Amino acid sequence: MDPLLKLLTMRARESVDDLAALLDEKPEAIRARMADYERRGVIRGYRAVLDEDTAAEDKVVAIIEVKVTPEREGGFDHIASRVCRFPEVASAYLVSGQADLLLFIEGPDLRTVARFVSEKLSVIPGVTATATSFMLKTYKSHGFLMDPPDEHERLAVSP
Amino acid sequence: MSTNGLPSAPDRIALHVRDIPRSGIRDFFDIVSTMRDVISLGIGEPDFDTPWRVREASIFALERGATHYTSNLGLLKLRRAICEYVARAYGTAYRADDECLVAVGVSEAMDLAVRALINPGDEVLYHEPCYVSYAPLVRLAHGVPVPVPLSGATGFRLTREALERRVTPRTKMLILNFPNNPTGAGLDRADVEAIAAFAIEHDLIVLSDEIYAELTYTGRHVSITTVPGMRGRTVFLHGFSKAWAMTGYRLGYACAPAPLIDAMMRIHQYTMLCAPILSQEAAVEALKGPEADVALMREEYDRRRNYLVRAFADMGLPVSEPRGAFYVFPSIAGLGLTSMDFALRLLEEERVAAVPGTAFGASGEGHIRCSYATATDDIKEASVRIRRFVERLRAR
Repeated sequence: MDPLLKLLTMRARESVDDLAALLDEKPEAIRARMADYERRGVIRGYRAVLDEDTAAEDKVVAIIEVKVTPEREGGFDHIASRVCRFPEVASAYLVSGQADLLLFIEGPDLRTVARFVSEKLSVIPGVTATATSFMLKTYKSHGFLMDPPDEHERLAVSP
Repeated sequence: MSTNGLPSAPDRIALHVRDIPRSGIRDFFDIVSTMRDVISLGIGEPDFDTPWRVREASIFALERGATHYTSNLGLLKLRRAICEYVARAYGTAYRADDECLVAVGVSEAMDLAVRALINPGDEVLYHEPCYVSYAPLVRLAHGVPVPVPLSGATGFRLTREALERRVTPRTKMLILNFPNNPTGAGLDRADVEAIAAFAIEHDLIVLSDEIYAELTYTGRHVSITTVPGMRGRTVFLHGFSKAWAMTGYRLGYACAPAPLIDAMMRIHQYTMLCAPILSQEAAVEALKGPEADVALMREEYDRRRNYLVRAFADMGLPVSEPRGAFYVFPSIAGLGLTSMDFALRLLEEERVAAVPGTAFGASGEGHIRCSYATATDDIKEASVRIRRFVERLRAR
């Protein structure tokens, strides 16, 4: 992977000058590559990683395993693209195992999410079964521990 | 004489210990530790946590009751893992049963090697600026430390000419440390071959402290043990503190021909007996697991290195590109302060701790050591503060 992409996944808020300094490149080169990645859709966006339990008290996340009957033309993709059009669907993956699709659904409360599953998702032609789990607590998200243990202090100066 | 008629305490201290100076780092640490809100670029250990798989292996070993002595040389499975690793990573093969000794850090391994090989009066060459322990270890072994001063103008690279100026018929040993603490200097194959030719011609034993080998950013690390004729006269020293972020485990090792390892072992068995078994168990996991965690740390250090080198260049402070380790050693010679005064005033006026170059020997004068084993945001803020300080000095 381009070191620039690697760095952006960790520190997207660095200025172009600082990205250039960290990667020992010229700022113009960094600016051009970022623009190219954005234009080609390699970079889809930049966002903050939140402690959702603290930052968004009025949010419910459900993980839904969905079994579907693949269509003769389009396989899983057609049905998946229909599912993904709903703004409640934050992420969607085709997976191996018991289920076919794995969805992460977000809503303001339990009832809204439940209604979405029963009234919108389950009735899509081809969806044969759903299994919903509600997220209760986040321990780790996007590589960040939500409750990191106290750091052991290093000496301020050492040889 | 003290009042009760007994010799006063200082008189009781052995002569060769009385002459050992306190580490310059320690004096500086004492000042820094009294201050608050300091950004420290003075730390000579990784800021990363030890990889979890290694810590988890220590916990598992403790649960299994790994709380006893090991063989004096160290656990055989660890020595096997070390020898496989050294052969794979650095290209020199050693036998696990009699050519490898596990010690309490490279510090102990270095001490053992010096004590096992030095007779009173033997001279030991070491390049300077350098890690703080080399000269004291030689003195404690009743040897004579002979510094070979290196200069920033040549990127702190050790040349045969510099060595030839200091060698005498009494020279017995040469201590090498590349990638180097505090300068970050490294050597390419031609440099290493020239030093090897020098060591062979003068029939010297080489102690090669390669603790920072994995943290090489420019080119590839070349171990002097790979130069023909050197394996038999070199003690290869390495450990887990830097690349695996395991400083507190205190675990290092020496690889060398069997007679040298045997001599070192005879001291080790009486002074240390063996390295702690928990650390040895953790080290087995460090070596046998994936190397991705080491690579991630190296990539992060490399980015910070780039940032700091550019920052000092932008400030107009001459800095030779560090090839390895995690230190930048810029020159502050043009600013009218000694490195100690510069470091003290930088600390007082801008709350940034950088170690004065003289802590690493007289030839470190005119430099400060800045460690980039510190979070990127701290490095960025420290750069801003150092720049402000340097501009104030220039405006006087």
